[in-house]
Amino acid sequence: MSKRAGLTSRGTAGPNATGQGVTARGATGLRISRADRIKHWLARHKFEAQDALKRLIQTPASALMTLSMLAVALAVPGFLLTLVMNLEQLSPATELKPQIAVYLTPGTEDTRVEQLSRQLLVRDDLLSVELISPDTGASDFRQQSDLGELLDLFETNPLPAVILLVPRDESTAGLQTLQQSLFALPDVETVELDTEWLIRLGAILGSFERISLILSILLALTVLLVVANTIRMMIASRLDEIEVSLLMGATPAWVRRPFLYAGLWYGAMGGVLAIVLISLALMMVESPLRELTTLYLGSFELQGLGFQGVTGITLLGALLGWSGAHLAVSRQLSQFEAQ
Amino acid sequence: MSAIRFSQVTKRYAQGHEALRSVDFELESGEMVFLTGHSGAGKSTLLKLLTLVERPSRGEVWVGDQDLARLEKRKIPEFRRTLGVVYQNHRLLADRSVFQNIALPLQIAGYSQEDIGRRVRAALDRVGLLSAENANPLALSGGEQQRIGIARAIVHKPRLLIADEPTGNLDPRLSLDIMQLFEQFNRIGTTVLIATHDVALIKRMKHRVLILDKGRLRRV
Repeated sequence: MSKRAGLTSRGTAGPNATGQGVTARGATGLRISRADRIKHWLARHKFEAQDALKRLIQTPASALMTLSMLAVALAVPGFLLTLVMNLEQLSPATELKPQIAVYLTPGTEDTRVEQLSRQLLVRDDLLSVELISPDTGASDFRQQSDLGELLDLFETNPLPAVILLVPRDESTAGLQTLQQSLFALPDVETVELDTEWLIRLGAILGSFERISLILSILLALTVLLVVANTIRMMIASRLDEIEVSLLMGATPAWVRRPFLYAGLWYGAMGGVLAIVLISLALMMVESPLRELTTLYLGSFELQGLGFQGVTGITLLGALLGWSGAHLAVSRQLSQFEAQ
Repeated sequence: MSAIRFSQVTKRYAQGHEALRSVDFELESGEMVFLTGHSGAGKSTLLKLLTLVERPSRGEVWVGDQDLARLEKRKIPEFRRTLGVVYQNHRLLADRSVFQNIALPLQIAGYSQEDIGRRVRAALDRVGLLSAENANPLALSGGEQQRIGIARAIVHKPRLLIADEPTGNLDPRLSLDIMQLFEQFNRIGTTVLIATHDVALIKRMKHRVLILDKGRLRRV
């Protein structure tokens, strides 16, 4: 121990300082305690992180160019996914049952309407049956629509009796069979699947979501490649330094470090810029989106990125930047090795 | 113990060119030896084998008690940190000061900031350029640049100092200065191997000479 402590570069050899330096045959100056190593390693990381940031700021024009590309590539999927998240408020809730409206021929006698609705009531394949007589329909129409006065133009109530049904079988095939069998009944004029628009909306949202996802993956790849390319140019301007460092015994990790930090900064900053862009875009679509959605839902509150979204995009940007840089440096290192 | 031992070393490049043929030699610890020969004789290849830039096609290369063939790839950086290498074109980095250039091997090895400061100044003092600390290497003369290159090679006190044509671009007087600097380091125990084609200079200095001729070693 005393010998080892004497060999450490500084007198801090404590119990943790196991002195795993270069093997003993090396010159005396090479021994460094493990505690010191960790301390210097951390200091080195801090230095590299600051240095990378400094270098980035020193070339504002090219940095800004890269950053705008990254911001756009991160903002588009971020924006789309936020929209999807918002529109999902509209998509049919899982418990929503498809509804079938059976419109009877106008002028069908009340007794016949009653008989038909009772006949449907006993059927096993229906969960509920609700009769809306022409009178009820007319009063509902007056209540819910500004065009209620139109009804006054008619001498008799023009509205047909409607029977609303909730089927047991919700499958598309089942619904179609039921629709056909109902249509075959006497005095039935048309049969409409009320929830068709909702199902259609669900399908539209589903594909929108899928498209957003694919686009997100492609744009994430773009971020990766943009950073990789930027770092590749950065490497080209520091090739001498890399080669000299390797000859002096730098590890691949040492050589990678400044570039990984550069990639990290680029990605994270691109992420922050993307958040700004997304917020602006959301502000722009908020009012038209609200108009659209209040038609379907009572109230609608546009959800922003939130804390999760903000940290998520920043971290994703940083991760992609780091990976892109790693890709570029590793390629360069293997080229050096091949020489 | 020998500092360097080559045993039946042959290096054949992928294109079929044989740079070294059955080279056998030993360098005693603390010795100073010149390696000479025409350009293309294999000097650079020999040095590349020592710094593990290349691996031999056949034969064994030992540095100290380390068989380089048995050195794992991930151990190469650690091994290189025990060497000091001086290059013909000195290979100083133009984007940083003299101090930062010399500090690089210490930073790579993980020395503390205070330690680095102390050792860099000591190295600068040894090559007589203490005042150049903050200068840019490009602002110095050729001889001074090579001194900085030497300071960088010895700053971590390597047991083996290798120089590849260290006086290649210098006039005879400066060349002698540089060689005497190497002798100084040799006098304090560093093993020194210098590749050079400056025959006149070699003759003035009383050291063993290894001559490479078309990849084969001729002893004088």
